[in-house]
Amino acid sequence: MISLWFSIIVVVILILIPTIGSSSAALQSLFGIVIPYAAIITFLAGFVYRVLNWAKSPVPFRITTTCGQQKSLPWIKNSKLEAPHNAWGVVRRMALEIFFFRSLFRNTKVELRDGPRLVYGSSKWLWAAGLAFHYSFLVIFIRHFKYFVEPIPGWVSLVQSLDAFFQIGLPVIFLTDAVILASVGYLFFRRLCDDKIRYISHAADYFPLLLILSIATTGILMRYFFKVDIVNVKQLGTGLLSFNPHLPQGIGPLFYVHLFLVCTLIAYFPFSKLMHLGGVFLSPTRNLANNNRMKRHQNVWNFPVKMHTYDEYEEEFHKVMKAADIPLDKE
Amino acid sequence: MRDRGRILIGLLIFLILMTFPVWYNALNGVSVMQEPELATKNVPGKDKCVNTAEYMRQNHMNLLNQWRDTVVRQDVRVYTTVDGRKFNMSLTNTCLDCHPNRENFCNRCHNYLAVNPYCWDCHVDPQDPKVLAAKEPR
Repeated sequence: MISLWFSIIVVVILILIPTIGSSSAALQSLFGIVIPYAAIITFLAGFVYRVLNWAKSPVPFRITTTCGQQKSLPWIKNSKLEAPHNAWGVVRRMALEIFFFRSLFRNTKVELRDGPRLVYGSSKWLWAAGLAFHYSFLVIFIRHFKYFVEPIPGWVSLVQSLDAFFQIGLPVIFLTDAVILASVGYLFFRRLCDDKIRYISHAADYFPLLLILSIATTGILMRYFFKVDIVNVKQLGTGLLSFNPHLPQGIGPLFYVHLFLVCTLIAYFPFSKLMHLGGVFLSPTRNLANNNRMKRHQNVWNFPVKMHTYDEYEEEFHKVMKAADIPLDKE
Repeated sequence: MRDRGRILIGLLIFLILMTFPVWYNALNGVSVMQEPELATKNVPGKDKCVNTAEYMRQNHMNLLNQWRDTVVRQDVRVYTTVDGRKFNMSLTNTCLDCHPNRENFCNRCHNYLAVNPYCWDCHVDPQDPKVLAAKEPR
């Protein structure tokens, strides 16, 4: 439980820093301009570094996973999605993984029932909450483009109007706000409630969840409860991303908390498990065609090995071996 | 690894998508928001809103909603401000009296922040060219 408390304390500190710091006008430019730029640079440079590092790793062999029949003899039916043998099959398997999290769909749970009896069952909650969370996050991410560009492109407004489709409440409630709280909340409590999952959970698992939960919460608080001057927020946002930063006065501390947490998230991103954003594309078990029997895959870092066969060995030591009465092949 | 080229292309696409606001701003420039126009700022009797500017900036939508519900559901039409002035709770007859121009007042902030209120689904904008054309005697 230390890892959980550690994560909670870190998030609380991260909330307190801008709460206290942003009250001073001098520090506002630190929280409003310097830290966002530093975080963006860390994110982009770190992301590129991690992906290039992965790209350098040799992947000599096809890693076959056993969830489908490989293509072999013509009368044996092969599984085209689970064990694709060509690029088109790989594209389809990757698309299912990236857009629908197919691996999570396979999630199972194990329980020890009376008997004692070990029971395996399907468990789709992780998949459902994961999917709901990631798509909500994407929609929220796209919606936030409106704070960085002017004029606002039509597709950003379209995504936003779909998100506010039901026109509930005022300001109109965004469906993704509710969904992201529910799904991240589930993903967090899932780690706490199941002993087995809690046992394998680290601070690196709790911290991003709590951080995202805090970001969503501060965003929602600003929209519905403690209003900030969003005209000023947008002037800061457009200024930052057109490299003409200036700091409008009187935005309100809650905004700086939100911004600081987002900066923490993106700066932390390249160093954490969140890199699965790039990593999912580079999963060798997903993106390599299962054609081990159709093609010969040679280890790319093979170098010519100096061979010394038994025949040559026997020739070299013929006399000695003969003298020692060792049986010889060439007799 | 032979896939290095493909990884680099993917990384490039990712960077282009991630920096969308930067190059969008570089290509289009950033338009500055025009301040909402207060047409009757210096007209006596029309120079004071039903609440402070700060309150209205943050909560005008809630106030309008509250007015709508009070008028439609309770048939109460008189709104008393904090300092005791009385107003008719009406968007068209009270708000538009001092803020007559939707384009130069409401839309300036709303467009800047992609806010799309549904006031005008029912209410008529008196300055709308279509409305003005319909008013003209034939």
